[in-house]
Amino acid sequence: MFDIDIWQEIFATIRKNKMRTFLTGFSVAWGIFMLMVLLGSGNGLSNGVSENFRNQSVNAMWIWTGETKMPYQGLKEGRPINFHNDDYELVKKMKGVGAASGRYFMGNSKLSYEGEYGEYTVMTCHPDLLEVEKYILEQGRFINQIDILENRKSVVLGKDISTAFFKEEEAIGKYIKINNIPFKVIGVSTEPGSTRNRTAYIPVTTAQKVFNGSNRIHNLAITNEGTTLEETKAIQENIKNTLAHKHRFDAKDDGAVGMFNMMERYLETQKIFQAIRIFIWIIGIGTLIAGIVGVSNIMLIVVKERTKEIGIRKAIGASPRSVIGLVLLESILITTLAGYIGLVLGTGLMELVNMFVEQSYEASKATSGGSGETIFRNPTVDLGVAAISTILLVVAGTLAGYIPAKRAARIKPIEALRDE
Amino acid sequence: MIRLENIHKSYVTGNNKLHVLKGIDLHIEQGEFVSIMGSSGSGKSTLLNILGLLDVHDEGSYYLAGRQIASMSETKAAQLRNEYLGFVFQSFNLISFKNAMENVALPLYYQKVSRKKRNLMAMDFLDRMGLKEWAEHMPNELSGGQKQRIAIARALISKPKVILADEPTGALDTATSYEVMEIIKEINGEGITVILVTHEHDIAAMTRKIIRLKDGQIQEIIRNGELGRFRHTYMKELETA
Repeated sequence: MFDIDIWQEIFATIRKNKMRTFLTGFSVAWGIFMLMVLLGSGNGLSNGVSENFRNQSVNAMWIWTGETKMPYQGLKEGRPINFHNDDYELVKKMKGVGAASGRYFMGNSKLSYEGEYGEYTVMTCHPDLLEVEKYILEQGRFINQIDILENRKSVVLGKDISTAFFKEEEAIGKYIKINNIPFKVIGVSTEPGSTRNRTAYIPVTTAQKVFNGSNRIHNLAITNEGTTLEETKAIQENIKNTLAHKHRFDAKDDGAVGMFNMMERYLETQKIFQAIRIFIWIIGIGTLIAGIVGVSNIMLIVVKERTKEIGIRKAIGASPRSVIGLVLLESILITTLAGYIGLVLGTGLMELVNMFVEQSYEASKATSGGSGETIFRNPTVDLGVAAISTILLVVAGTLAGYIPAKRAARIKPIEALRDE
Repeated sequence: MIRLENIHKSYVTGNNKLHVLKGIDLHIEQGEFVSIMGSSGSGKSTLLNILGLLDVHDEGSYYLAGRQIASMSETKAAQLRNEYLGFVFQSFNLISFKNAMENVALPLYYQKVSRKKRNLMAMDFLDRMGLKEWAEHMPNELSGGQKQRIAIARALISKPKVILADEPTGALDTATSYEVMEIIKEINGEGITVILVTHEHDIAAMTRKIIRLKDGQIQEIIRNGELGRFRHTYMKELETA
């Protein structure tokens, strides 16, 4: 099979039948090309969306309060539920809860620095909020445990506030006023994947003291340490039951406590992409099969066309095996070579697209201050898939050539040579 | 060299059974020069195909070079054809996308002779046919006579014991036919058995033994010395025609 003569025979045949060979190869090249483009696009879409998710902890969970919708243990519906510091302590200690932060919203507050002032959102939090929300610290540090314990008047400014107040000046260590009470700037942060950074963060304990919040907390932001959808749901359920018990509302009441589980959404999205990927493989392989059937078809015609030649070869001593080899190897050679060209062109195109995507990503990153927005990222096919495709091609070539080769081997020299 | 004993062959097409060869007994010695004649449908091509291992007989025995040819695998048949037999066809049957030299060298390819060696040998055989300067030409650039000489060179290159020629001059004009027959005679002179099928009496007359087939049976065998009588019959046939 690997002696040079048979290859010379095949190359001679291919050289003399360029158009036929080109048409045969084209269908396979096209199939692989489409498969690569589809897979690349699917990957790109999936990567892009995953990238957007990466800006947040995929295991983040938010818990907020509302009014009960169902009567429970003699208590009427429409009863407001409120979180307090002890709820934070309770949830933080629960199994499956990683980072946890309580939040107390002060609404829009007046922030001022020397002559400048503006209305911004002030959010009160625990140190763990950094981990839950994945804030990026441009300068300084975030709220820490000492700030909480000592009720320090520390503030982390969103980048937009810092820019508005301090321009080029160093912000860290300066004092700004929140509703006329001075706070020391300890850090400057940005939110990932956001173009607006107009929130200031202060320790929740300080806010409760200074702004008369007593021990109220508006909501909780935690990370859920479950790794599967089932686990995160179980943890979520557990939290809700605990809170229901403590605050005396029906655990089925979806008005009393609201919950948002990022993991759930993330996994759902992942599932969609998995489905898309399977769909793409089906389409891609379908296209490829069409190409292979095309090759098989053309090889059948080729065998028919070469009946006489094969008859001559047999008359002068070609064994059936050598005839099978001739047709089979030609088929494998054409599919593999053409498929490889399709593979290179397909991946090449996706690399080119990737280049443009990266450029536009960089551009959007530059304009939005640090983080780009995209739903299409790295639309390329990895080497493993390319390798599998190559193997698939050789197999395909063999399959495509097998029936025609068998038919060629069955040709009887007398029938082939009967006449013109 | 070749011995046939009571060879029968029929072709079945649908419900019809066509009995083509009805008991052929034939003995051909090494080095003989034989022609098979007969009207169309007399079974002469079928006989040649059986002799050439291109077709299988139904009944009887066929011995080629002392070896009985019974139902054998295609691979084995191909090997025997390659080793013992050379074919020359009416329509030359050269491979159109191979040049003259490659066509001549092809049987050696199936004997696993190296490319260099077989091309050298092909050149040698082309030289003997006087076609050395046409070696690089494709079949469609050659005349009928040249093509047939290339086909003969191809038949000879594997050094066969028997050359089987099916109407070798059928597609050629008279002058070229005679040239080709001269070559075939020369080959026979080297001791190779030649069996040719023809319906041309003048071509048959150049052979040493004529086997006349009629309705699947041997009607008569005319030897070289009896050619005069053959001419006589031939004239009579012309008159009645």
